[in-house]
Amino acid sequence: MASLDINAEGGPKFVADPLAVPQLKCGAMEDLESYVAHPKHNTDLGFPGELIDNWQEVAIAKIGELAEKNRAFQVYLDSCVKCGACTDKCHYFLGTGDPKNMPVARQDLLRSVYRRYYTFAGKYFPKLVGARDLTKEVLDEWYNYYHQCSQCRRCSVFCPYGIDTAEISMAARDIMNSVGKGQKYCNEIIAKASTVGNNLGLNPKALRATLEDLEEDLEDETGLSVRIPLDETGADVLLITPSADFFAEPHIDGLLGYAKVFHEAGVSWTVSSYASEAANFGMFIGSYENMRTLSLRIRQAAEDLGVKRIVFGECGHAWRVAYSFLNTLAGPFDFLDQNYPIPQHIMEFTHDMIQKGELNFDKSKNDEFRLTYHDSCNVARGSGMGGYEGGQFDLPREVLKACCNNYFDMDRDTIKESTLCCGGGGGLLTDELMDLRTKGASPRMTAMKQVTEDHGVTHMAAICAICKTQFSKVMPKFGYEMDSILSVHQLVGNALILTGQEIEEDPAPERDGVATEVNS
Amino acid sequence: MSSVPDSPKEGIDVTAVLYAFLFYLATLLLVVGTGMKIRRYAKAPAPLKIPTMPAPRSQGGVYFRMFREVVLFESLFKSNKWIWLFGYLFHFGMLVVLLRHIRYFTFDVWWWVQIIQPFGVYASFAMTIGLAGLLVRRIVVNRIRYISSPSDYLMLILLMGITGSGMMMKFVNHTDIIMVKGFFLGLMRFQINELPMSPVLLVHLGSVVFLMIIFPISKLLHGPGIFFSPTRNQIDNSREKRHIVPWAKKLEE
Repeated sequence: MASLDINAEGGPKFVADPLAVPQLKCGAMEDLESYVAHPKHNTDLGFPGELIDNWQEVAIAKIGELAEKNRAFQVYLDSCVKCGACTDKCHYFLGTGDPKNMPVARQDLLRSVYRRYYTFAGKYFPKLVGARDLTKEVLDEWYNYYHQCSQCRRCSVFCPYGIDTAEISMAARDIMNSVGKGQKYCNEIIAKASTVGNNLGLNPKALRATLEDLEEDLEDETGLSVRIPLDETGADVLLITPSADFFAEPHIDGLLGYAKVFHEAGVSWTVSSYASEAANFGMFIGSYENMRTLSLRIRQAAEDLGVKRIVFGECGHAWRVAYSFLNTLAGPFDFLDQNYPIPQHIMEFTHDMIQKGELNFDKSKNDEFRLTYHDSCNVARGSGMGGYEGGQFDLPREVLKACCNNYFDMDRDTIKESTLCCGGGGGLLTDELMDLRTKGASPRMTAMKQVTEDHGVTHMAAICAICKTQFSKVMPKFGYEMDSILSVHQLVGNALILTGQEIEEDPAPERDGVATEVNS
Repeated sequence: MSSVPDSPKEGIDVTAVLYAFLFYLATLLLVVGTGMKIRRYAKAPAPLKIPTMPAPRSQGGVYFRMFREVVLFESLFKSNKWIWLFGYLFHFGMLVVLLRHIRYFTFDVWWWVQIIQPFGVYASFAMTIGLAGLLVRRIVVNRIRYISSPSDYLMLILLMGITGSGMMMKFVNHTDIIMVKGFFLGLMRFQINELPMSPVLLVHLGSVVFLMIIFPISKLLHGPGIFFSPTRNQIDNSREKRHIVPWAKKLEE
């Protein structure tokens, strides 16, 4: 088998190949079931609390409805020729060997049912075309395997028709929610974000206290009053950032980095307690309505605070929703300043400042790190930056190189549009899926080990809250310290010398940026 | 086989009538069936901007991306060189062979169709190699065997049958090609002419009829499907231009 696979040949041989194709291990992950949502979590989002009696009928009708409402769903169910091009592209397949984690096989879990009820061949010759009835077993199989997809879209890069398993997986979750079989992790979080304003359920008071503490830290470090304003009406910029940035490591150091950049730019900015979450889990469950509800909070906050611009912090799926969907879901944003991208990414903001020569860096402050950069899947394949094709790959690297001396890319087949997911995206960042998360991270970890061996890389930088949390959890299983994952703006913050900041003559004591660990 | 009793020599064999009927039926099903599918694809809205990034920033760029996908199989090339090679040999072999077949449907053979004639012969070998390669991979590579249904094998076998029978008539067992042409020119003028009673020809034509009939109800829909694939045909301009579909617009009211 391997002899026919050119992927396994070509290119220099490493001890371990991050893209090495495993032997098939049928059923390896079939029992992995993430926690089912409590009835309340489902009803909060407008779904039935528990599996309804006529679930079969409703689910089948929902397939038909989605095929009419979403072109991608219809075209992708029809078009697959089973060529096999995607079979070795999913990090969960590479990590687990379970054939149902091959993108086409994952799609087929639903396609087989679509064929049975919606196609001539499937109605009259089900065996011939692999069509099957929608039974309870099938529903359970959907639940388990559609919650083993991080919707990273790597398969869609390699499919000759652009079939995107993320679209199928989102639709499958939408169908399951519509019959009352929701996932706890996603639905609980969406309910929190759409009532409290963020995924952590952090109330405005607690948020204010946290930000004030962080302001003190910044003052201690820089000797300057670097602010992290909350709910300040009339600010120019509204920062929408993942709530993990307020609490978790290394996310929080990224937030301190944004604050320093805004301070140095002299821009007035604010965080909103009403829309204190960038991540939009509505996308994970394929629910346009829920995604819209969450997006409208951002619009509301921008209107209430009277800001001119919206800037997003480091968050992968959030940036996909922001860049690609926000204008659709909550636009048009004609009340904002049209001279800036709407919305803008903090990386674009910082990059712009660097281009203008307005940021003064002491790169040696980051000399303790030998860095590589992990392209977060949804930034890489679901969004853009800088206003040109591929800007999402260049801007973070240029920013990193501007503030760090030692930067090395991982294997070309594992970065940029071919990047490997961290293993925790798409609503899988929950403890009961730890086995899957670890296995799914292994291709990325192998790619990192290569640059560690070749260039002595010690740390990886990322711009996604999920990636950061996931890596801090799984890196120790692969021989790295849990703090080997860094925020890009943490490195920016480390090296940035603020105007008026006193510069110590002696080498600065290393700032302990990863002292505490807080779960997101 | 019975023939029309009153004029046996000019009469038409039942087989010719049957094939004429089948070709009309198959053409109808192919055109109407595929047309309905295309209408379905065109009517279904794409509620969100989901191009696989990085994506072109202009309509021209999208045309160029689609051109590379359809003409060069760019994504497949990035994915797997073997599948690309066999898939490419098959599809472009088939294209040349199909163009070569135009001569059976025009009274005067167009000049460029004449030029293609000799290449069409080589193209049939390319098709055969491509199909055989795809079939071998489907059987030998565990991952692809796992995802294959009986119809996936049968589709390749059907195509190999069409190619093989066509090549038989070219290289082994010549059929009365003038008469075949007369049959098809007749069909196009709604008259049924004689068809050579060659078993190879009948197998060839019968398989083609079957392929035409199943086109709109099978995975052969990947042909029109690619043009409607939002990950490939959308422009990356969501921040600059608001994209909203009618059913989503209703939510705003």
